[in-house]
Amino acid sequence: MKEEVIVSGRMNPMVDPHLRIWEWPIPLYLFLGGMAAGILFFASLYYIRGKEKEYPAAVRLAPLLTPLLLVIGLLALFIDLRHKLYFWQLYISIKLQSPMSWGAWTLMVITPASFIWSALHIRDIIPSWDWKYNWLKLLENFFNRNKKILAWVILIYSLILGIYTGILLSAFNARPLWNTSILGPLFLASGLSAGAATIILFARNPEERKHFSRIDLIIIAVELFLIVHMFMGFLASTQVQIEASQLFLGGEFTAPFWIFVVILGLMFPALLEILELNRYHIPVIIPVILVLFGSFMLRFIIVYAGQVSRWLY
Amino acid sequence: MRYAMAVDTRKCVGCSDCVVACQTENKVPVGYCRDWIVEVNDGTYPQLEMEIRSERCNHCSNAPCVRCCPTGASHIIKGGIVLVKPSKCIGCGACIASCPYDARYPHPDGYVDKCTFCNHRLEKGMKPACVEVCPTKCLYFGDLDDPNSEVSVILKKRKWKTLIPEAGTRPELYFLI
Repeated sequence: MKEEVIVSGRMNPMVDPHLRIWEWPIPLYLFLGGMAAGILFFASLYYIRGKEKEYPAAVRLAPLLTPLLLVIGLLALFIDLRHKLYFWQLYISIKLQSPMSWGAWTLMVITPASFIWSALHIRDIIPSWDWKYNWLKLLENFFNRNKKILAWVILIYSLILGIYTGILLSAFNARPLWNTSILGPLFLASGLSAGAATIILFARNPEERKHFSRIDLIIIAVELFLIVHMFMGFLASTQVQIEASQLFLGGEFTAPFWIFVVILGLMFPALLEILELNRYHIPVIIPVILVLFGSFMLRFIIVYAGQVSRWLY
Repeated sequence: MRYAMAVDTRKCVGCSDCVVACQTENKVPVGYCRDWIVEVNDGTYPQLEMEIRSERCNHCSNAPCVRCCPTGASHIIKGGIVLVKPSKCIGCGACIASCPYDARYPHPDGYVDKCTFCNHRLEKGMKPACVEVCPTKCLYFGDLDDPNSEVSVILKKRKWKTLIPEAGTRPELYFLI
């Protein structure tokens, strides 16, 4: 029997006995960022396709939420930093090999863009809105004239935001559970699903609601496929990744992952949406809340479980 | 120039002198450490084998911590030493998560801290504190590009291994076996 122990007593806080460097703010940000990415992706996509009239909730209403989501997400990121006053160092360097670096720059583009997009549609909820200052009115006119360009910027950067949250984790080969390139597409799909669910919640006409229910169903199917695919990859890989996957296949994260993410967060809302599309009456809030909950739990569990997984030596 | 350290696992008795010397020399905050001792026991009685290793940052040539750092605070200086510049570090923790050896820790002052191979001593022509104090002389330090340095000589003479080479980090901390 082989046994390895640190005999000099190493108890570095947040590193021993296993890594706990990233607590709740990180999964919270990954969730909010993914959700905002999903909403903004659909908003810009349907605007570019000229479907603003048919899908007002997707293009105009739901995006009003995104500045709030992104600001809370950024705040969570800031809370997580331990050398807070140096955060600006992120914005005097571009490191292409560090997903966190280009993620920071992506946020620098998408956050103001989400504010502008919301400002252009603020009159949808506050009809008497007045910008008061002339230069603000000029700015509004400017962005209204260039709305298509803005939509393209949002489309591209929302996709980067959605996928980078997964790539961020998969770049760490020291944590075998994260070290799978499936995480990028999986987190992107999960964010798009959360975005579609939010649009369903905002939708006033049944056609739009049904349309996004169908989209959400397809994305949930993709997510389930990616999750199965991820475990197939782990089990066919090296010993460290086999052991990492065991955290979810009998180990300490088995129950929360399969119950909260797979059953309550993916399968059950999918079932409710199928029933709804077949004319059963389901209160729309239930599948929406479940999808958002599942999307949050996915990130929460992956972030925590990844820090438990490690190389054996 | 390529600094490296070799640890003789057959001579190390696990006294932890290197750990204390480092903590003193580098004013490591209480409760933290930059180096540590691992004891490996293998087999069943009476066929037992033991290996004792003094471990620290591996100063990897392909350092994942430097790759993941979003600001360039983690960097490699001449001689291949991996360092953190506190005034550029935002304390995001990416480098800590990226290290398969768990050699880094968040300093209570906010930035990330780790073994520096006692760079401040090397600049004065001295050896790292851990090497200097080792009572069994089981730590060898020097320049791998110099074929006559004590680390080059011992690595040519003895069998050695590195930790988790399969992680692709190309570590510069060698263990004589």
